[in-house]
Amino acid sequence: MATNVVMPQMGESIAEGTIVRWIKKIGDNVDRDEPLFEISTDKVDAEIPSPGAGVLTEIKVKEGETVPVNSVVAVIGAAGEKPAVSEPAPKPSEMPEAAAGQPEAAPAVAAVVAEARRPESMDDLRRQKSSPLVRRIAAEHNIDIGQINGTGISGRVTKHDILGFIDTAGKTARPTPAPGVQVPAFKPGERVEIVPMTIMRKKIAEHMLASAHTSPHVYSVYEVDFHRLSQLRDKKKGEYERNGAKLSYTALIAKATVDAVRAFPFTNASIDGDNIVYKKDINLGIAVALDQGLLVPVIRNADEKNLLGLARAIEDLAARARTKKLNPEEVQGGTFTITNPGIFGAVYGLPLINQPQVAILGVGVIEKRAVVVNDAIAIHPTCHISLGYDHRLIDGADAGRFLASLKERLENFDESWM
Amino acid sequence: MEVRRLGRVDYADALELQKALVDQRKQGLILDQLLLLEHPDVITLGVTARGDRSHVLATPEALEAAGVPLFDTGRGGDVTYHGPGQLVGYPIFDLKPDRCDVHRYVRDLEEALIRAVAAFGIRAGRVTGLTGIWVGPEGRETKLAAIGVRISRWVTSHGFALNVSTDLSRFGLIVPCGIADRGVTSMAEQLGRDLRMAEVEDTVIAAFSDVF
Repeated sequence: MATNVVMPQMGESIAEGTIVRWIKKIGDNVDRDEPLFEISTDKVDAEIPSPGAGVLTEIKVKEGETVPVNSVVAVIGAAGEKPAVSEPAPKPSEMPEAAAGQPEAAPAVAAVVAEARRPESMDDLRRQKSSPLVRRIAAEHNIDIGQINGTGISGRVTKHDILGFIDTAGKTARPTPAPGVQVPAFKPGERVEIVPMTIMRKKIAEHMLASAHTSPHVYSVYEVDFHRLSQLRDKKKGEYERNGAKLSYTALIAKATVDAVRAFPFTNASIDGDNIVYKKDINLGIAVALDQGLLVPVIRNADEKNLLGLARAIEDLAARARTKKLNPEEVQGGTFTITNPGIFGAVYGLPLINQPQVAILGVGVIEKRAVVVNDAIAIHPTCHISLGYDHRLIDGADAGRFLASLKERLENFDESWM
Repeated sequence: MEVRRLGRVDYADALELQKALVDQRKQGLILDQLLLLEHPDVITLGVTARGDRSHVLATPEALEAAGVPLFDTGRGGDVTYHGPGQLVGYPIFDLKPDRCDVHRYVRDLEEALIRAVAAFGIRAGRVTGLTGIWVGPEGRETKLAAIGVRISRWVTSHGFALNVSTDLSRFGLIVPCGIADRGVTSMAEQLGRDLRMAEVEDTVIAAFSDVF
């Protein structure tokens, strides 16, 4: 399948761009997000990442040429494809991110362009045109810039305008309250210490808030008997250690989970408008708690690894997450996530989905409990697993089937998988 | 925004530092950075000048004799000269998510510089179509600061070069920014007195804090 690469829009007043350099040549393999070409406009040179992975099959715009925004400048074909051949019509299932009815639109370029494209109502124009200082004042005073009549160039709201507005508003009306009930974080005179959020904290806050707003979360919790799993683990631990890998419960759970995810593709999906995007690769994210914050390193194509490979990957990623030595791409592209709220003893957790995924597995504490086996009470290690899922896509019955399958895989863990 | 005053830094070292900081900024490991520094004598070629050295007037031998190295850089723009007495600023800013507009970024850089020099009583402005800040009567403006920017995933590097007390005769080695019919000037020339670099840095930092 071919992906068209278009000239991105780098600003609202920019209608064209000049290609100054092709970083890749025809026939070169390119990864998604790898720098593909450089453009120049108004003394600004920008490096443009590739919208998809494959082989650069065609360059339509030569170095030094200037073309309008959204013109196709190159084509990226599937790996192994010959340059410039006619393409069969792409199948929808292979074009997860393309807008319906627009097979020409290059999937991720849409994202690149969307980043630069701006809404165009008068209010939006005013907001964009106001200076950062004005926007900051507006944010501090909780003012919608669209309410203010700007006297600057093309209706731009100047500092004078906004200060005048605040002055008047202070006398006549209150600034628009933000939606929801705003309770001050602390009262004057209260004994507090104010610490600015770290960047990681801010990102987590943004992501979690966005996830809570995006997905209607529903949860199911299952109890799993770990009797057999713990016996197998004890039996094989030494063998794995001799191979330089720690046979952790996380690795065992990851193995069973990846197999279950493969059997239930709706857990390895995303929602794109009115389309469901089923991911062909299972990239398993494992949440790692840090001293401050958390990271979710991703094991790519986790379903292609055996238990030893998974155990090694988990150990490596977790160690490097803690020492901050992960590469940026190692925390991106996850399609399903496992998190471990049981690490400090929680029976189970109800985690928020890692967007744009649709489900997340929480693993509770593994501890010995009284269980009923053949109408007798036995003491077995057990664990509660919870699934947080996006009810837009996954119904309770689906989640139940997935969890029941995962429970079965864990309770009857096949020694041949080891 | 964090400010780093680096003093005099070789062009190649500054390039390395920018590269590292851009990577760290992309990963969100650091905040927006403003690097302020001076370079020893150097002539740099922007993307527009790549492979075309016609705007470098001096011969390679003459440059070598003058001890002025030549660098190909990734920034936008044509040819420029950096040297002692010139305040170089490299903002490493992440323009995502709400400032993704290269024109606005360049206009904001100009705005900050115009405000900074205004604090010294210099009235500088823009010339339509010619990025940078300029002083003097219309049609005969001379360039006070040059701008050349690189953007990678909306993280900026390179930036501006403001002539504070630059030896302007050094610009005779090149056609600055490929604009043949306009001259260059410095703050010292405009004011008829010397300036302390630290004082100009303070003013530039204040102006950046206002604008960005």
